[in-house]
Amino acid sequence: MEGERVLCTFRVAELFLGLDIASVQEVLRGQEVTRLPLAAAPVRGIINLRGRIVPAVDLRRCLELAPAPESLEPATIVVRGPEAAVSLLVDDVGDVMTVSEETFARTPETVRASARDLLRGVFPLEDRLLLELDLGRVLRAAYA
Amino acid sequence: MDEGILAEFLAESFENLAQVEHDLVALERDPEDRKRIGGIFRAVHTIKGTCGFFGFKKLEALAHAGENLLSRLRCGEIAFTPSLADTLLRLVDALHAILSAIETTRQEGDQEFAPLIEELVHLERAPSGAAAPPDSPSTAEAETGAPPRGGLLDPLIAEGRLDPDAVALAAQQQRLGDPRRIGEILVDNGALKPQDVLDALLARGEAPALAHGESTIRVDVELLDLLMNLVGELVLARNQLLQKVASSDLADLPGTTQRLNLITTELQEGIMKTRMQPIANLCNKLPRLVRDLSIACGKEVRLELEGIDTELDRTIIDAIRDPLTHLIRNAIDHGIETSEARLARGKAAEGRILVRAYHEGGKVHLEVTDDGDGLPIARIREKATRAGLVPAERIPRMSDRDWAQLIFQPGFSTAERVTNVSGRGVGMDVVKTNVERIGGAIEVDSQPGRGATVRIRIPLTLAIVPALIVAAAGERYAIPQVNLLELIRVEGDLASISITTAVDASLLRYRGGLLPLVDLRDALHVPADDAFPTPAGARPIAVLQADGATFGLVVDAVETSQEIVVKSLGDPLRQIPVFAGATILGDGKVALILDVPGLARHCGITVRGHAAMEEVVDETPAPVVPTQTLILCRAGGYPVAIPQSDIARLEEFPRGTIERLGERRVVQYRGGLLPLVPLAGLLGIGPDAALETAAEAPAGGASLQTIRVVVVEREGHAIGLAVEEIVEILEEPVVPEVSSRAGVRGSAVIRGHATDLLDLEALLASSGQPAMAAGA
Repeated sequence: MEGERVLCTFRVAELFLGLDIASVQEVLRGQEVTRLPLAAAPVRGIINLRGRIVPAVDLRRCLELAPAPESLEPATIVVRGPEAAVSLLVDDVGDVMTVSEETFARTPETVRASARDLLRGVFPLEDRLLLELDLGRVLRAAYA
Repeated sequence: MDEGILAEFLAESFENLAQVEHDLVALERDPEDRKRIGGIFRAVHTIKGTCGFFGFKKLEALAHAGENLLSRLRCGEIAFTPSLADTLLRLVDALHAILSAIETTRQEGDQEFAPLIEELVHLERAPSGAAAPPDSPSTAEAETGAPPRGGLLDPLIAEGRLDPDAVALAAQQQRLGDPRRIGEILVDNGALKPQDVLDALLARGEAPALAHGESTIRVDVELLDLLMNLVGELVLARNQLLQKVASSDLADLPGTTQRLNLITTELQEGIMKTRMQPIANLCNKLPRLVRDLSIACGKEVRLELEGIDTELDRTIIDAIRDPLTHLIRNAIDHGIETSEARLARGKAAEGRILVRAYHEGGKVHLEVTDDGDGLPIARIREKATRAGLVPAERIPRMSDRDWAQLIFQPGFSTAERVTNVSGRGVGMDVVKTNVERIGGAIEVDSQPGRGATVRIRIPLTLAIVPALIVAAAGERYAIPQVNLLELIRVEGDLASISITTAVDASLLRYRGGLLPLVDLRDALHVPADDAFPTPAGARPIAVLQADGATFGLVVDAVETSQEIVVKSLGDPLRQIPVFAGATILGDGKVALILDVPGLARHCGITVRGHAAMEEVVDETPAPVVPTQTLILCRAGGYPVAIPQSDIARLEEFPRGTIERLGERRVVQYRGGLLPLVPLAGLLGIGPDAALETAAEAPAGGASLQTIRVVVVEREGHAIGLAVEEIVEILEEPVVPEVSSRAGVRGSAVIRGHATDLLDLEALLASSGQPAMAAGA
């Protein structure tokens, strides 16, 4: 329907985030990440996506959050970057949600500053705030 | 405008222009070759016809002028002259420039070609006034509304894919003021499918191979069918496997796996083939280059090409384009003499350059041979000696061939004058670097006064390379075998075996030199408090070479050697300088491929840096022992080292050729008799096992069928010292401990063994051995 957005949602630390479903290629679990020395800090490494080498960007590092506890096995969201696929490491993957464009709002000041720069804006839900990531900015921050 | 058709038009036009260029240069040699003139005319005509279809006015005007001139040339109304060739080559350049502009900007560009068109028209009209200027096909077509002559539409009509009535209708539309080109009208009216236009363009391509460096290649449909078939097989095998695993029916697992293996291999080969391109694509530009350069240098040069059907991966073709161009440049500028000089030397006035390609030993060999003056070995020697490029002790052992290889050293040029073609001392080293970067090797052979040959050996593909898999800090890394010299393991921890210098680098004494050591963990900035502690004790060292620098890479473990498929890291990870890509190992895990030249730069290891470190070491109080070349052999079961300077030759004789003369043993050698003396006996260190004649050897014994002999010359006489084995030739800094034994200068630890260092002079003097007169 007009004025509606479909987001793939996920959790990173206490943040409830979303990305436009059109930019998400697939969601994976239990992907082994090969460390990539000398890369920018948010790039945790690379993964083998059916024979293709895809960089793995740690969203916690992008958002300047504390590292995930050892026990947490991150989930991988493969997104379509401007040039090639990129995988984002998140704590947990949530539902695909349909939200109304009318509720879209600018990111409030209460959201931590490190995250604010990487967001397009927010969708206030009944019980919480859904933060929509700006993929372009995330990737620029990741490779900076 | 359909992008696909345009891309096809560009690809085809670039190809045709390359062929035209080629033919024009060939025509200069044989102006009467009507077939070539016809080919050139058709190519230019095709460009003109098709660009009309797209509405490229500038391109059309230029091609049109060229076509008219070529048409008269084809009819024999004007003669092919060098100045005409010049103008036509400039026409090719101009057409190329417009096409390139279209390729990048979709516009024809701002360049003006009016003077060139004028010149073409002038040439067309000037020489013979008899014939009226031929009707230009495009004028005729505009007047009559007939479809473009010889254009795209004729074959389509002939094949029944296009209704002639529709063409007439479109032409009618044009006459009524429709500004679109006839092809566009037809497509828009639905009378013509874009695919048909594409097919027509394809069908007209005279040279099927792609010459221009863009990102598309043409693949044989048969090959594609084969690949499709293989992929089908692959899916089938996968389904079988899934089924078996799901039902736990593992009965024929080895069979299915074997099938999967075969399919994969065939598929891999097939895919590789799609990337193969004939070297002809690389050589197309060469005739023009040779022509222009020989005119610029005032020389006469003929280019010959051989084996240009040899196929190579297109990435490699792209990579050797520049080196090859440079070699030809060099051959014309430095190698080939001027015609006068050649005639004075009794050679043909015209020089000859042969570019030859062939397969051998799983590699492609590419040779550039000229019949010029050869390399100025004396001048190379003088210059290299003056610049200190060769260590003084090595100079006496350098052959002419060794000297010749020095032209690949950075900053080396013997050109007496700097020309605008070459001679600035950059070049051959860049050629070498470029060739080595793709895993190739280069060498030069020179015959004084008769010419030189540069040989390049390159791998067939870069997509699959043999590599060594090593481990460091819990990850695995692949080192391309081309960069690997050897693997060594040094007992004791690094601190105790290496010397740390003022420049803060670890150095290892290695083969008589100093080897800078780099710990892969440090190079990759792996934190020290990592979950993977540095293993205790000895760690393997991979001795690596890149861009002329040699260094040792300390790793945690060496795993295996295997062929790896190179995968790109993609942007922007590609910018990390120490990795050449990544590969997926047998267990599905990813290993990064080390870019050895990048790693060396990252760690500050350069040829110059290496030398600086040696200097720093030289300044430290610890005496640096001069190295000497030793022949390490085995006599009486013991290792013995003989200074190479004492040795004339190393020989092998069949055991059966040894003859006895009383107590002496001799062998016929160089027309005389060479007395043989067992070295072990001479030193009194064991049985004379080395010299048993065939009859004396114990039946079924381990005696070899040949004996190894170190030939020494003393006071003009030769004598052969028989040894059991010649182990190796090494350069070693040796501090012998003094010995009191006769004939032994002392002992030293070489390769971990106490080794006697011979004093031949004393040994032979004390033994009073008879010798054969040298050269007898």
